Amino acid sequence: MNDHRELPDERLRRARFARRALAGFAIMLAMVLAVAGRFVYLQVYEHAEYSTQAKANRVRLRHLPPPRGLIYDSEGKLLADNVPAFRLDVVPDKVRHMDAMLHRLSMLVPLTPDDIRRFKQSLRQYRSFESVPLKFRLTESERDRFAIDQWQFPSVSITPYLTRNYPYGAEFAHVLGYVGRIDEKEQQRLDPDLYAGTTHVGKTGLEKEYENLLHGSPGYEVVEVNADQRPLRVLQQVAAKPGKNLYLTIDERLQRATYKAFDGQTGAAVAIDPRNGDVLAMVTVPSFDPNLFVNGISQADYSALLDNPEKPLLDRAMRGGYPPGSTVKPFLGLGGLELGLRKPADTVLSTGTWYIPGSSRGYRDDTRYGAGRVNLVQAITQSVNTYFYSLAYQMGIGRFDQWMSKFGFGRPTGIDLPDETGGVLPSPGWKRATFDKPWYPGETVIAGIGQGYWMVTPLQMAHALTVLADGGVSRTPHLLAATSDGLKAPEVAYPQAPPVQITHAPADLEAVKQGMLGVVYDKLGTAYGLGDGFPYLIAGKTGTAERYSRTTNAYNNDKNLAYLAKRHRAWFICYAPANHPRIAIAVALEHGAWGGSAAAPIARKMLDQWLADTPPAQRPPLPVTAVAGSPPSSVRGTP
Amino acid sequence: MNEIAATLAARALRIGRRIISRPRIDMPLALGLLALALIGLTVLFSASNLDKGMVAGQAMRFLAGAALLVAVSRIPPSLLRAWTPWFYVLAVLLLVVVKVLGEGQGAHRWLDIGVIRFQPSELMKLAMPMMIAWYLHPRPLPPRWRDVLVTCVLIALPAYLIFKQPDLGTALLVAASGVFVVFLAGLQWWKLGAAIAGLGVAAPVAWHWHFMHGYQRQRILTFLHPDRDPLGSGWHILQSMIAVGSGGLLGKGFNHGTQSKLEFLPEHTTDFIFAVLGEEFGLIGVLLLLAMYAFIVARCLWIAANARDTWSRLVAGAFALAFMVYVIVNGGMITGLLPVVGVPLPLVSYGGTSAITLLTGFGVVMSIHAHKKWTP
Repeated sequence: MNDHRELPDERLRRARFARRALAGFAIMLAMVLAVAGRFVYLQVYEHAEYSTQAKANRVRLRHLPPPRGLIYDSEGKLLADNVPAFRLDVVPDKVRHMDAMLHRLSMLVPLTPDDIRRFKQSLRQYRSFESVPLKFRLTESERDRFAIDQWQFPSVSITPYLTRNYPYGAEFAHVLGYVGRIDEKEQQRLDPDLYAGTTHVGKTGLEKEYENLLHGSPGYEVVEVNADQRPLRVLQQVAAKPGKNLYLTIDERLQRATYKAFDGQTGAAVAIDPRNGDVLAMVTVPSFDPNLFVNGISQADYSALLDNPEKPLLDRAMRGGYPPGSTVKPFLGLGGLELGLRKPADTVLSTGTWYIPGSSRGYRDDTRYGAGRVNLVQAITQSVNTYFYSLAYQMGIGRFDQWMSKFGFGRPTGIDLPDETGGVLPSPGWKRATFDKPWYPGETVIAGIGQGYWMVTPLQMAHALTVLADGGVSRTPHLLAATSDGLKAPEVAYPQAPPVQITHAPADLEAVKQGMLGVVYDKLGTAYGLGDGFPYLIAGKTGTAERYSRTTNAYNNDKNLAYLAKRHRAWFICYAPANHPRIAIAVALEHGAWGGSAAAPIARKMLDQWLADTPPAQRPPLPVTAVAGSPPSSVRGTP
Repeated sequence: MNEIAATLAARALRIGRRIISRPRIDMPLALGLLALALIGLTVLFSASNLDKGMVAGQAMRFLAGAALLVAVSRIPPSLLRAWTPWFYVLAVLLLVVVKVLGEGQGAHRWLDIGVIRFQPSELMKLAMPMMIAWYLHPRPLPPRWRDVLVTCVLIALPAYLIFKQPDLGTALLVAASGVFVVFLAGLQWWKLGAAIAGLGVAAPVAWHWHFMHGYQRQRILTFLHPDRDPLGSGWHILQSMIAVGSGGLLGKGFNHGTQSKLEFLPEHTTDFIFAVLGEEFGLIGVLLLLAMYAFIVARCLWIAANARDTWSRLVAGAFALAFMVYVIVNGGMITGLLPVVGVPLPLVSYGGTSAITLLTGFGVVMSIHAHKKWTP
């Protein structure tokens, strides 16, 4: 065709094509070289960078939070353990529309407004590519329902974890405290390396106090993941080091018996072994279920606790301050002897009312016409105010304050619990600092019977009592006896503060003890009959503090117990066996009519439990008590 | 019946013997294609997580393509040239059919005819250079303005249909294969420059008129700032660059590419299979593959330069250049040089239509080679 006729043109076309083809190939080659250059750049110059990125892509570091240490009582009973549970975690980075996702999710797993509020709070605490816990302790059916539709929620995963569990609930709530989710403030305070992967931290009680022992240190896992971050296999694992197990001085049986003995009455009791400062029981009533707090308490439950007029969240045993009333008398009496102001046999005439010399303001006895002439033993036994009015007045507030502070009044005992309060030991200095007012002599007088500004916690009272019980030696009360690294690891005794001898007068202590024995065994004793049937001698003291001061000079003859209970706080302190003290108890009732009738029976139930708990081989030798109604001759006071 | 069967068998045997004894096949080109196909199957085997079925399926497509190649190579170029307009019209019609049938779906590129599904746009990659060459070959060269204008229309129509599918990448490549014909036909450089400059002006205008689909604009934005949204559209580019970069000089070894194995790399059997090769076989593997492509293209251009007539030259040359451009665009895409446009790596990416069309195209080249001594 054309080709034949136009051969010269054809040759021209061929040559032109060859040129163009060469030019085209050259351009292509240049572009191929550009692409090749790009490969060289990526694969040679940037290789290290992309290699790292590929590894970072593929490998995830997963923290293994350490299992929290367990808490045991003195007999090895488990008070706080970890139980396996499941929670929902969300990676916020992978969520496009958080609210929509949560809404869809809530169709499968019910999410309360509390859950969502807390989740949104914690969103701020985590980096956006980290897993943020959404809902703890999924039920089995929630877990199943989610598992079926999990593919719809690439950002949500089920994570197994260990959750804290308090098998005894309310009975130990104030002592053990509880763990809760780490909040924003804690997040800033806690060591991020140590708490990587940990969601909970001790919030109150022993859980908070010994957080550093209980926590342990985290391990980690190097996991290969795919693009959806689903783990495929574990490349490397470094196990977490579990927290230390704690062995407490608390006896679970005594603790529970005490809680039961209160029968719901508001108050607190503390029992301490005077020989070593071991806290055997520490009870606050009413209490609460600490398990509610572990995975986030609901607003309704929390409001119920806050609105309860009896304030179940208040740890009365170490934060409840009450005027000690007559329970200060043994301490003051001892002071009188030690400071040389009185001898045991010295008597004071009680006529029903005592006046500061040269003043007409009267300070009353409990009995209208007084108890007559009483010595120290009788004064303690019958709780004769006049004796102690005059003694306190004689001592003066300076020496009074100094002496009483030796027993630890007015400052925290130093027990191994957080946020203990120190109460108030009245003194002119304290009054000046608090109210900016001068001290009046009358205030010294009423301080002598534990009224006025006095505030003592049951723990302080029990601690002070151990000093009387153990020959004037003060020991810091403590709850932690020993720790161990694991179930099989040996227990290691926890170091305790050294004891301090605060008085060296056995004869004086003996006189005070006689008075306290009289309280229980003398017919005139304010807790007479309490020792009936108990094989060991009990040395005790009642206390009844007025919540309101007297406004008139008239005698109030209303003896209705319910009425009095509203006005009084009842105390009872005792230790036993009197000759070989093993347990010192302080019981305080917020609404007790009389110390002897309301608080003392609780102490007796505690003693009974203590006896039952002590195997016969470990009991002290028995110079047993006398039968009811006939107190041992040694305790009979001089008439 | 037996006689007929025997006759048919004897005929087939005779034809087979003739093919073997008088090869119309250019051996260097055939060996290059074979090597490429084997590389493609190897990489696909790894990229598909050792999915034998997938590799076997692709091998079957290669065999079908090879059969077509051999068949087409037997057809004289004059005949192919004569069929060209019909082929072109058929391809355009198919594009229209896809457009109509696919109504209501997101992107309609596929045509389902019972047993086979294929993409008419792939067919256009071959029909386009053939058609432009057909139009230009009887006319004075270099083409006059009037002829350039006609070719422009011939190029623009299918390109627009493909662009509206929407498949910007293929539309551009199809258009390029037409432009290459004009370029090889000897259109003056300055005219070419003017045309490209015109395109440069048109692009922002198209952008401004919202001519592009949202995702197309997104892709170009992403290309400009890949880190802007690393989990969204930037993800593809970033993960692909990580795959390639982490491969290094020697690669991680067959089946050891973490990026593709762990699903970080998207589309790792199709558009991004080059990244798998880069990750597992390193720079050495990449350069070898690029050299292989360059060799095939050079061989095609050589065949084109030695062809007897204008149509053959233009078709073979434009096809070769377009083939190279696919490689360049795909390579540029997976290394972040170019925006993500769905362009497969020829003869390596998983996919039937592309492989079969390309092999058919090589069949045309083979035919041109085989018939160069004959008067068309």
